[in-house]
Amino acid sequence: MSPSKPLTSRKVIGVTLLLALLLLVVAVISLRLGAVSISTPQVGACLVEAATGNTAHMTADCRMIVLDLRLPRVLLALLVGASLSVAGAGFQALLRNPLADPYVLGVSSGAALGAILALLVQPRTTIGTMAAAFAGALLTVAAVYFLGRRHGHLDSFTLLLAGIITASFFSAIIMFLMASLPGRDLRGMAFWLMGDLSSPLPVRTGWLMLVAWMTIGGVYTTAADLNLLAAGEQEAEHLGVNVGRVKLVVYLAGSLLTALAVSVSGAIGYIGLLVPHVMRMLFGSDYRLLIPASALGGALALIIADTLARTVIAPTELPVGAMTAIAGAPVFIYLLRRKLG
Amino acid sequence: MSETGTPLANPRDLPVFAPGEPPRLLAEHLSYAYHPGRSAAPRFTLEPVSFRARRGELLMIVGPNASGKTTLLRLLSGLLRPLAGHVELDGVSLEKLDARTRAQRIAVVQQESPLVFPMSAVEYVLQGRYPYSRRLHFPSTDDLDLAMKSLEQVGGAHLAERWMHEISGGEKQRVVLARALAQQPLLLLLDEPTLHLDIGGQVELLRQLAALAANGRATIVVVTHELGLAAEFADQVVLMHRGRALGTGKPSEVFQETVLREVFAAPLRVEPGASGRPRIVLEVRTE
Repeated sequence: MSPSKPLTSRKVIGVTLLLALLLLVVAVISLRLGAVSISTPQVGACLVEAATGNTAHMTADCRMIVLDLRLPRVLLALLVGASLSVAGAGFQALLRNPLADPYVLGVSSGAALGAILALLVQPRTTIGTMAAAFAGALLTVAAVYFLGRRHGHLDSFTLLLAGIITASFFSAIIMFLMASLPGRDLRGMAFWLMGDLSSPLPVRTGWLMLVAWMTIGGVYTTAADLNLLAAGEQEAEHLGVNVGRVKLVVYLAGSLLTALAVSVSGAIGYIGLLVPHVMRMLFGSDYRLLIPASALGGALALIIADTLARTVIAPTELPVGAMTAIAGAPVFIYLLRRKLG
Repeated sequence: MSETGTPLANPRDLPVFAPGEPPRLLAEHLSYAYHPGRSAAPRFTLEPVSFRARRGELLMIVGPNASGKTTLLRLLSGLLRPLAGHVELDGVSLEKLDARTRAQRIAVVQQESPLVFPMSAVEYVLQGRYPYSRRLHFPSTDDLDLAMKSLEQVGGAHLAERWMHEISGGEKQRVVLARALAQQPLLLLLDEPTLHLDIGGQVELLRQLAALAANGRATIVVVTHELGLAAEFADQVVLMHRGRALGTGKPSEVFQETVLREVFAAPLRVEPGASGRPRIVLEVRTE
């Protein structure tokens, strides 16, 4: 593959629009599929009626299946997929490691553990749960960052090992806490350990969307700096990048995005690894395009994964994390071997 | 060594400067200490060093490993703060420059750090335009022209559309140098640029640097342990040994046989070469 030409703003806008269009198509297909099949015109009419507030002629299928069951789930997948992908792309530049991802690094597990601890103490406050998940994510990134250092340098394999071990340690504690809770809840356990989109949202999706997209926008302001950071930290400083500030922004934003995703969907794996990697293969590694492409691509990927999770062995549903792991783990191994070889 | 080298505190033969014009580069009593811990004794110290260089001059900092060459270079780059003393560029202290302005005036070519993600050579060179552009830094046609011109200057125009991870070490070195040129710096600093080059590549690079210094606007500072190259190409050398500058001045003045033997712990002989430059010969006899 020969390198592409240097990036232009036109290409960024073009690719972003293309992916947005694709996202719309996939979302409509996802709304159609399920135990009851609904035709595309019906889905379209239903969405238009809901958007315009014209509910007089709305069918029961539209209201109960499309709007109440499937649409929230598609929106949730969109939110979580975009958040995890951008967090992954951010961590990859921050840690200068193409294999970094909130799940592999243990950040998702840290956030999940934080959320569960908050639920044990104060079961009813969703903001508290999210804040605790954020704290868990922040602490885990910091811990893995320091555990991953050898001889004063960040070593990519030590870092990955530190992340994987941290993740398994936190998963064990999560299992312990869930199992000792009164009224043991296997579904809840799967939610926190594997990731699952079938639980109803604790807070309004609108607010979450707003926070997530603003955070992604915050990461995007550092896109040009991240390109230089990925080419070497000291070199970035020589080129005038305020490396400390950029790292802080990405560290906070990546942790917040992970915490948002985990507190509504548990620890869904590999999206943050898989999606930025595919986007790099398709559109190059320039962060000015990689961030919007990862956000939309992540949304796309998770909607597809969740549609599969609820339809492949219907009426039984798989946790969506199982689907992403089936696709993501082999890619991880492939990337790891290529890095070693 | 004060009998043979130029004493540091009072250098006798510094380049001549136009009256009233500040030197391009002025290092005054620069010192540094590296402490591994807060209360620990310093593990490495750089004793006060002073020198100055004109526009268009090629200055080489020479010394054995761990003599403080790279520390000195980092002090000149403005990223490392000196313990005492200061560096001035065209009469302006580096401490007064913000990161962006500093990057417009000083370019640094380091011992290479591996790229994490694939990048084409021209994209790499375009990074040199970062300190000049606005937030998202999409390159303008001027930036592209300048990047291509920089690549041409180092003989790397044919590399523009190649991947950085697919070109050879010597080619990569050119691209890295081109990125520094794209910064249009007043001061170009290079840390051991000849490290991974064979002798042909080393000579070619030094020729390029000498030509850039001679007809460009930049003053070039090169850190190296290659005595021969320094003797042949430098306008001025700073000889470092265990954190001290033993001498600064023309190679013919600083490169004294007894000093070099002591500093490099090797049987070196210094001969007067053609064009007044010393020639340094390694003399290993088997008895």
